[in-house]
Amino acid sequence: MEQFLQQMASGLANGAIYACVALALVMIFVSTDHINFAQGEMAMFSTYLSWQLMTWGANFWVAFVAAVLLSFVLGVVIERVVLRPLHTAPVLSIVVVFIGLLAICNSVAGAIWSYLLKEFPSPFPKTDFGIPGLIGPHQLGVVVITLLVLTALFVFFRYTPLGLAMRAAAQNPQMARLVGVRVDWMLALGWGLAAAVGAVAGIMVAHIVYLDPNMMGGILLYAFASALVGGISNPGGAVAGGFIVGVLENLVAYLGSQLEKTTGVYIIGNGEKLTVALIIVIFVLTVKPAGLFGRVVVKRV
Amino acid sequence: MKSNRRTFIGGVSAAALVAGNTAAFAQKKYDDGATDKEIKIGNTNPYSGPASAYGVIGKGIEAYWKSVNERGGINGRMVKFVTLDDGYSPPKTVEMTRQLVEQEKVLAMFQTLGTPTNTAIHRYMNQRKVPHLFVATGASKWGKPKDFPWTMGFQPDYHTEAVIYAKHILANVKDPKIAVLMQNDDYGKDYWEGFKEGLGKDANKVVRHVTYEVTDPTVDSQTIQMKDSGANVFFNISIPKFAAQSMRKAAEIGWKPVQYLNNVSAQVSTTMRPAGFENVQGVITAAYIKDPTDKQWDNDDEMKAWRAWMAKYMPAGNTSDVNYVYAHAVSFLMEQTLKKCGDNLTRENVMRQAANHQKLRVPGLLPGITVSTSPTDFYPVQAVRLQRFKGDTWELFGDILAAEST
Amino acid sequence: MANATAAAALAPRRTWIWWVIGIAAVVPLLRGVVPDIVSDYRLFLVTTMMIAAIAVLGLNLLTGFNGQISLGHGAFYAVGAYVAAVAMEQANCPYWLTIPLAAVICFGFGFLFGLPALKLEGHYLALATFALALAVPQMLKYKWLEGLTGGVQGIVLSKPSAPFGLPLSEDQWLYYFTLTVMVVLYWAAHNILNSRSGRAMKAIRDHQMAADTMGIDTARYKTVTFGISAAYTGIAGAISASVIAFVAPDSFTFFLSIKFLIGLVVGGVGSLLGSVLGGIFYVLVDNSAQSLAQFIKRDLGLAFDLSAYTVFGVLLILLMYFMPQGLAGGVIRLWRAIRR
Repeated sequence: MEQFLQQMASGLANGAIYACVALALVMIFVSTDHINFAQGEMAMFSTYLSWQLMTWGANFWVAFVAAVLLSFVLGVVIERVVLRPLHTAPVLSIVVVFIGLLAICNSVAGAIWSYLLKEFPSPFPKTDFGIPGLIGPHQLGVVVITLLVLTALFVFFRYTPLGLAMRAAAQNPQMARLVGVRVDWMLALGWGLAAAVGAVAGIMVAHIVYLDPNMMGGILLYAFASALVGGISNPGGAVAGGFIVGVLENLVAYLGSQLEKTTGVYIIGNGEKLTVALIIVIFVLTVKPAGLFGRVVVKRV
Repeated sequence: MKSNRRTFIGGVSAAALVAGNTAAFAQKKYDDGATDKEIKIGNTNPYSGPASAYGVIGKGIEAYWKSVNERGGINGRMVKFVTLDDGYSPPKTVEMTRQLVEQEKVLAMFQTLGTPTNTAIHRYMNQRKVPHLFVATGASKWGKPKDFPWTMGFQPDYHTEAVIYAKHILANVKDPKIAVLMQNDDYGKDYWEGFKEGLGKDANKVVRHVTYEVTDPTVDSQTIQMKDSGANVFFNISIPKFAAQSMRKAAEIGWKPVQYLNNVSAQVSTTMRPAGFENVQGVITAAYIKDPTDKQWDNDDEMKAWRAWMAKYMPAGNTSDVNYVYAHAVSFLMEQTLKKCGDNLTRENVMRQAANHQKLRVPGLLPGITVSTSPTDFYPVQAVRLQRFKGDTWELFGDILAAEST
Repeated sequence: MANATAAAALAPRRTWIWWVIGIAAVVPLLRGVVPDIVSDYRLFLVTTMMIAAIAVLGLNLLTGFNGQISLGHGAFYAVGAYVAAVAMEQANCPYWLTIPLAAVICFGFGFLFGLPALKLEGHYLALATFALALAVPQMLKYKWLEGLTGGVQGIVLSKPSAPFGLPLSEDQWLYYFTLTVMVVLYWAAHNILNSRSGRAMKAIRDHQMAADTMGIDTARYKTVTFGISAAYTGIAGAISASVIAFVAPDSFTFFLSIKFLIGLVVGGVGSLLGSVLGGIFYVLVDNSAQSLAQFIKRDLGLAFDLSAYTVFGVLLILLMYFMPQGLAGGVIRLWRAIRR
């Protein structure tokens, strides 16, 4: 029982990581209709920026805010410089551009800060936070921050004119242009926001998985799965998806180990937990093609 | 080649005339990649991809040859070091190695990095009869001169290291119940096999064996499983990121086993500090090389010389990266090997000299550890010393240990 | 060259293809004449390009001509390679027999995977295939398959040599072998696409609902296309097992699938010729990125530690900038400009 609880808690904590990155993925998708494969690497880059500021003596939260703002600017710049000229290019070409961005972010970070593992501080108090033996203070903190970011995004998209304009620009650029929305700037803004959310995710994740240029590689896969299982256009769904994937994965490992204990035969274990979790995710998607919380888009012919 | 042989024969007859002049044996002989002016050495390294953290080894070696050339080269010849990126992908390694051997015509391949990548070119190098020297992997299969006379390892192999831990556990822990965390690839497997061999009939003392994939974000789930097994010994076969995570998580969930950490992640700055010093007291590991972030070596002459070398030739390099110490040490060994070849720079002689080191002191290795090779012993560094973590540094204890691998 | 011109006379409009094949068939024989230019290594390099071209061709059939996105073709490539390696290692199967074997098994695998994929579209299909690319290398290490696959150690093979005592080196022989397979597969793909089935495939890509209403059995076509596509890529994998003479899970990481995708897009989506160009690019770009990075660092004296991976990324983005339709599109545009 103790193991079960610990596994669930750690699944939730991991889920929070996936949820964070999934949120950033959803941000870009909602505002530009693309899935950004470079999202993880961009978040990693932002995290390095905050790390650099901290080694120059900045306080954690100062570095945090500065890195988020810087990332926002960088996101806007990337959209204006790299993606703007490719507005009419086919989707797959854009995917290749994302892969190019991924390669650049990863290798430039490696060249500047080296591939050496770095520790990253946690802003949360060590004591009287979290549940001893079950969930650490930082992990609980990540869950809280994720939910905060989610709420902020929800409010932004639902209740602010800018958020509405951004959604309109992504969903129907022509109509949005007709009602006076500056579509191209909305796209850039979407990139900026996504980069900012990614920065938050990276900074939160870095304490857990440590800082190195490849830190996001594995996580992005999970985030991708999370975003889709929850419904790629729904921030709330993405967060829920993150928690689902995190818990599911640990559940598979837990059940596998229990099965091995009782039957004495190895069937599934840590080597297969990702595979099994993904099979479940795909199964869910074949039953509910728009994700658990996504809206079915009705196509007009 | 033909003209070379002719000059050689000429040399021998000339020697006969002078009667017993030993200089005759110093006649110049060359294979591909060696001339009067230059020695060409090839290398593949993962500068990109999942193992890019090791890319610094290639860069460190490059800097080393630069320093050698500034000192006047090896017996008057400049070393040309050609290193290519294989991204840790075996097919790419084959392609790059063939390019180096067949197009660039290097004399030898040196320090190619990675177990799967070296496995992919293992047979090729031996069929081509090109030296495949001091490969950068701890697998135990590189020291088999009978089947693969052109391939030689460098560092103590994982297998041997794991045997040492197993023996130490059996001798020092009462009623051990062992949990093992293992990276699910051949590096992990090699340790695991050695560990089982070392335990021998006590292999059933392993109560839990869990694995992780490099793509896993965390190993929290695995750590919880190990705690749940009721183990009192934890053998940690993981790279720094996951070693630090698992040791921190173990402390977090209140699991306090006796911990054995593989040498792969024994650096203070990349594993022990990120794990939190308070969480890693008493952890035991085996070492053969000096950790630049370990303050006990701050006033060590060899390390001071290494720092000076870094400052001059690798100014952008991170001096807390043990891989640079490694690169320096292994290049030193290669330099000594080539020096001993004299003017006889054939591939055969390179191998002969590589298998002919007696108690050579290589700077950067722990005190008391030397390099010895012979035509039947293709394991240059075989000894390790155990050390225990105390405060914020490692403390050596016990004798120099070596378990002979097969 | 005589047979090439004869064949060219039969198909006047496509002379250049026969010229290319003819030249490709003659060049390796020059190895004895100009060994420095036509070396075993270069032949090997071209062989790997052709292998990549076959794999990209398979992906193109699915993505370019049928509109189903796959981020996981590395999985089929891995299955093909492992089928070949296991058959050669465990059953002493001759290497040439592994090609149909891999094709059949990969077809089945692809077909079965195509069934749930029917339900998925766009990003969701991308995820499913993505998952496949991740799962296959892990499954190769699965405890109960280890005896067969060699687990994490992989399988070391030996390179096949030329049959019937032909005076060819291993690399020359594998070159011809791969060239033959590629030409046959290219021709087959060409014929499929110009048949009723091919038009149905493209109709589904362009508008599935319309295709459905016209009476095309979209489900069957989509799954069969998935199977054929997987078989093509699996064949490429099987040849690679013989050429590289080693298979291991580390050879088939997720990045392999990404590289096929890059080859597809850079070559030209929905163009058979583009697949071949993409395969060539796939091999060349890595090497050229490396030499370019070294050139910039050494000869232009850039102080920054520029990595080949950065150059690779920049090259990709620039290519998409100047040729968003891929090399094939770019070449055609250029050709028209010259002709005019």
